[in-house]
Amino acid sequence: MIGHLLSAADLDRDDATLVLDTAAQMAAVSGREVKKLPTLRGRTVVNLFYEDSTRTRISFEAAAKRLSADVINFGAKGSSVSKGESLKDTALTLQAMGADAVVIRHPASGAPHRLAAWVAGSVVNAGDGTHEHPTQALLDAYTMRSRLGRVDGLRVAIVGDVLHSRVARSNVLLLATLGAQVTLVAPPTLLPVGVDAWPSEVAYELDPVLGKADVVMMLRVQRERMNQSFFPSAREYSRRYGLDGRRMALLPEHAIVMHPGPMNRGMEITPQVADSARSTIVEQVTNGVSVRMAVLYLLLSGGTKEAFREG
Amino acid sequence: MRADTAAAYVIRGARLAGGEVTDLLLRDGIVAERGTGLSGGEVVDAAGLLALPGLVDLHTHLRQPGREDAETVESGSRAAALGGYTAVCAMANTDPVADTAGVVEQVYRLGREAGLVDVQPIGAVTVGLAGERLAELGAMADSAARVRIFSDDGHCVSDPALMRRALEYVKAFDGVVAQHAEEPRLTAGAQMNEGEVSARLGLAGWPAAAEEAVIARDALLAGHVGSRLHVCHVSTAGSVEILRWAKGKGIRVTAEVTPHHLLLTDELASSYDPVFKVNPPLRTAEDVQALREGLADGTIDCVATDHAPHTAEDKECEWAYARPGMLGLETALGVVAKAMVETGLLDWAGVVDRMSTAPARIAGLDGHGGDLRVGAPANLVLVDPRSPWTVEPHGLASLSVNTPYTGLELPARVVATFLRGTPTVLEGKAQW
Repeated sequence: MIGHLLSAADLDRDDATLVLDTAAQMAAVSGREVKKLPTLRGRTVVNLFYEDSTRTRISFEAAAKRLSADVINFGAKGSSVSKGESLKDTALTLQAMGADAVVIRHPASGAPHRLAAWVAGSVVNAGDGTHEHPTQALLDAYTMRSRLGRVDGLRVAIVGDVLHSRVARSNVLLLATLGAQVTLVAPPTLLPVGVDAWPSEVAYELDPVLGKADVVMMLRVQRERMNQSFFPSAREYSRRYGLDGRRMALLPEHAIVMHPGPMNRGMEITPQVADSARSTIVEQVTNGVSVRMAVLYLLLSGGTKEAFREG
Repeated sequence: MRADTAAAYVIRGARLAGGEVTDLLLRDGIVAERGTGLSGGEVVDAAGLLALPGLVDLHTHLRQPGREDAETVESGSRAAALGGYTAVCAMANTDPVADTAGVVEQVYRLGREAGLVDVQPIGAVTVGLAGERLAELGAMADSAARVRIFSDDGHCVSDPALMRRALEYVKAFDGVVAQHAEEPRLTAGAQMNEGEVSARLGLAGWPAAAEEAVIARDALLAGHVGSRLHVCHVSTAGSVEILRWAKGKGIRVTAEVTPHHLLLTDELASSYDPVFKVNPPLRTAEDVQALREGLADGTIDCVATDHAPHTAEDKECEWAYARPGMLGLETALGVVAKAMVETGLLDWAGVVDRMSTAPARIAGLDGHGGDLRVGAPANLVLVDPRSPWTVEPHGLASLSVNTPYTGLELPARVVATFLRGTPTVLEGKAQW
C-alpha cells in the first residue's frame, strides 16, 4: 500500500487483498466486549469534513478510536473553513498540529490529491465530489466476500446515477482489480461520456442483467436530477431502474442487494427490497468500520509490504 | 517611456526568415539600411540568430484595471517584450470592463506609458460582458484607442440575434468580432474536456460540441451579413473542420490557436493541479494534432497566447474553485518552435506569418507584422533557434506564476526585441 489512499486505483490486487484480510482481523476485535486495540496510541487522525456526512465521519471516527488513535473532528461548519480559509492554509494548520492522517470528505473532485501535496501525513479520501470513495468500495468488496466467499469472478450490476457517483467510480476500479465483472446499468444520461474506457460493461435495461447477477448495487439517485433533464420524472426512473419485489425475484437465489446509503426509499429501491434478507445494507455499515480500521492501521503502522512516506 | 529613441543599432549578421543573412541598421525608428558591413550604430552581434518581425498577440489579458495583483499593463508589457512581442491586444474583461471609450483609452494610455510594446485595447461587445445589449462600439472605435477588435472573451456572445447585430454593426468602422465560442447551456459547471479523462476524474465535462456549434452558427451569420468574424482560441479537431468548410465557402472568418492547445492535453488534469485548468480546456492528443495541421495549412490563421495571469490564491486551491487560464507571453515562441518547427510543420517564415503578419493584419496594426525591408518600422525580434532553456515560473516577468510549462525545456530563445528601433530586450533582459 502507498502512503495515501486517494483512489481505488492506488491499490493493486495484493494491496486490496491485504486490506480485506486485515479488515477481517479487525472485525474480530469489533466482536469483543472491549472493542479496542492499542495499535495507534499516540497517533492523531483528523477527520476533515467539508460535506455533511454523519455516517462516513462516525465510521472513520469509530475506526480510529478502536485503534486508540486520538481523533480530531474538523468540520466545515463552525470552523475557520466557513470563514473562507483556503484548503492549503487548513492543510498547513493540520500539518503544524502534527496530524498523522487526514481523512477528507470534500465536494470538489481531486481535493484529497491537492491536500496530499501539502501535508506530510497520510491522506485518506473519504469521498471527493463526483470522483471517488475508495473505502466505500473496499467495504463493499469486503461485504461481497463475506457473503459470497469471493470477489473474483462475481458478476456485479451497479445501477443508477453513475455519472455523479464516486461510489461507482471506486467500485468499478476496485472490482476490476479483484477480478469481478461489472455491468453499469443506467439511463444514458447518467453515464459519463468516456465510460467506454472503463473496465466494465454498460446496459440500459435492468431486467436482462438481473438473471445473471451475483450482486446488485443500487446507487442513490437525487430526485432533483430530473430538473436538469437527466430523466423525465422520479416515477419513470423508478419504473425503469428501481429495484422492487418483482425485479428482486429475477435474481439468482444467492444474489445480494447492496446500497451505499443513504437510500431514497421508493426511488431507486423499495422498502420490501431494502429490508429483505438479500439486503446487506446494515452489514455494509458494520463492515465499514472494520475496513477503515484496516486502512488506517496499514497506512499508519507500517504493516505493509512497501515503504511508507514519513508520517 | 525611454527617451533615447535617437540611438541607432546595427544588427550584425542576422538571418532573415527567408534565409538571407544581412546586417540591419535601425535608426529613427525604422530599418534604415540593409546589407553587409553596415555601420553607424551600436553593434548587436546577431550571428546565428534569426531576425523576425516583432510578434503580435491578438489575445492578452493584462488585468488592469482591476486585478493589478495578478498583472499590470506594465508587467504584462514586459513579459510580452521578453517573449518577442512588439504589439499585444488587451482583452476587455477587466474590472471595470473595457466597454466604454474611457476604459479603453485608460488601457491605451497605460500601454503608452509602459512603452515596452504597443498595447491595442480590445473593446467589449456587450455592456459589462453580460451578453444583453451592445456596448458603445462606435465610441470605442472613435476613441484615441481606435478599437477595431471587439470581444466578450471569457464569455460567449451566445444570443444569436445579438451576435448577428454585433457582426453587422462593426462593419461601419471595419471592426471584427472576436468570439469566445462556448455555448453556455452545454458547459454549465464544466471543468475540463469531456471525454475519457473527465469520466475518470469525476470532473464535469466541457464538450467539444459546445465550441463547434457556436463556430458553425457564427460562420453562417457572418456569411449571411457579410461581416468579419474572428474565432478565439480554437481547441478542437471539429472546429478546424468547420473553419475549413467556412473558408471554402468564402466566409470572412479568421481564427487563432493558443500555444497550450498546440502542446498540452487533458491528461494533465489527472494531477488536479489547476495550473492546467484553462478555458477552453486542454483537449485530446487527436485535437492537438488537428490544431497543428490546421495552423500549418492556414485554416487557423495565427497563434494567440490567451495569456491569463492569476494570483496564487486563485490557483493554489481545489480544481473546481480555481480560475481558468495560463501564462503564455514569454513561452509562446518556444512552444511554437517545439510544436510546429521541430515537427517540420512550419518553417520560420511560417512562424513569422502565424505569429506576426497574420495577427497584425487581423488587428489592423499597420506598423507591425511587415517584412524587415528598408523604411519599415523597426519592430523586430532576434531569436536564437538553437538555445534550449528550461521554464521556471519565478524566472518569468509576469506578476503571476501560473505557467503550465514548469520544468519544460523549450528549444528557442528570444535574445532581443526592438520597438521602433529601441531595444526593449537585449541579451534576453528587459531594458526597463
